Amino acid sequence: MTTPVAMHMSDGLVNSPTALLFIGIAAVGVAVAAAKARADLDDRTAPMAGLVAAFVFATQMINFPVLPGVSGHLLGGALAAILVGPWVGALCVSIVLVVQALVFADGGLTALGANVTNMALIGTVAGFLVAVALRRFAARGKSALVAVAFIAALVNTVAAALGFVLEFAIGGDAAFSLGGVAATVVGVHVLIGVGEGIITALTVAAVAAVRPDLVYLLRGTQRPLELRERSAA
Amino acid sequence: MPLLHRPDDTPAHRLPPQVKIVAALAAVLCVVSTPRERFWAFGLYLALLSAVWVIARIPPRWIATRALIEVPFVVLALALPFVAGGPRVEVLGVAVSEPGALAGWNILAKGTLGVLVSLTLAATTSPRDLIVGLHRLRVPTMVITIATLMLRYLEVIADEAKRMRTARICRGHDPRFLWQVGATARGIGTLFVRSYERGERVHLAMVSRGWTGAMPDSGRTPTSRTTWAAGLAPAALAAVVLGAALWP
Repeated sequence: MTTPVAMHMSDGLVNSPTALLFIGIAAVGVAVAAAKARADLDDRTAPMAGLVAAFVFATQMINFPVLPGVSGHLLGGALAAILVGPWVGALCVSIVLVVQALVFADGGLTALGANVTNMALIGTVAGFLVAVALRRFAARGKSALVAVAFIAALVNTVAAALGFVLEFAIGGDAAFSLGGVAATVVGVHVLIGVGEGIITALTVAAVAAVRPDLVYLLRGTQRPLELRERSAA
Repeated sequence: MPLLHRPDDTPAHRLPPQVKIVAALAAVLCVVSTPRERFWAFGLYLALLSAVWVIARIPPRWIATRALIEVPFVVLALALPFVAGGPRVEVLGVAVSEPGALAGWNILAKGTLGVLVSLTLAATTSPRDLIVGLHRLRVPTMVITIATLMLRYLEVIADEAKRMRTARICRGHDPRFLWQVGATARGIGTLFVRSYERGERVHLAMVSRGWTGAMPDSGRTPTSRTTWAAGLAPAALAAVVLGAALWP
């Protein structure tokens, strides 16, 4: 077990007006996600979302190897969006981030708004939009679903990184060229996104094989049961 | 992730959680707003925090080992003086970029103080109390209920994941490269199905015990002004330091 290291933005990366601005944006986004999640799940919302949030949190503790000595873990935004829908997914990832900041000191308190905006809102929505755009393709079969989940997770990770670039452009240190920061951050996150995409794709395929009814993305795409009458021989 | 709470009974532990959350956020905002060239201000913030640690009986060693979570940002901060552009200055015989060094210092000082404040908050407040504090700060009830259930079931789900990992290893599983990751991913898929089905069972159990969609209110005791004043005192001192630092 290696020392856990911060995955999330720390305090001081962006100035305080920007931090406050994104705390406001995150609060509005979470409120919208909470209202829409209630429509998805009604009185089951709290227990189901609670368990899905615990699942997202737990998957972030599962390390998988990238190379010998280097391991990564799942961020889970796209996975949650594909499995439980964008609203419940965004809500669960937001709550995970808030609890990580308050209870586990991961991610700065003032950067919490920016972290929620990037990972829970921008990332989840972008990943889900890609998945929805490719939904008809995904319903074709297992390999198509795997491909769509991979692309959605990759887009999710890169979109979250672009959110950071946006925040840095608004309130970051003027000493750096924005182009350099953007290239570094996005470049690193394309690599992370490939790993995220592989794990997300395999995980979605595993769930779809056992309980396809639980995959939110596939809802409404099941082919109706076909009854074939055999003519009396 | 290791739990950071240190159960104890000090004035810092006894403060209502909502006061501590507001104080921590206000203090970090002061730190982040401080101009980076005012080096002495960051020293004063650290001194203030040390005073809180004395009151809360947190050994500096405990804080120091847990602050290692900041290491990636320290690496970033140390790299900046060498990669950023702008006028160069000589430090210990090495030419480094002046804006890069200041920017690195900025991230290092503010990020570290931020982590130290977060650690202090987490050490003096139990996870359950932190959620209660958020509730008293008017976070919507449904979000609070989800967070409560998440915290309650996190251990269960994490243990389930651990048992599945043990079972895989017993069957000879030994992934060392990303392309061997299939079994782990299938495990995560199974974990999702089990979590979701557990959620369905938890929901039914809650319904059978009278769940209507909202947790019963545990009753709020209003927090007195003196408690708020006492809890916010460190943050107020940080604001005084900020005011002095912003003074031209």
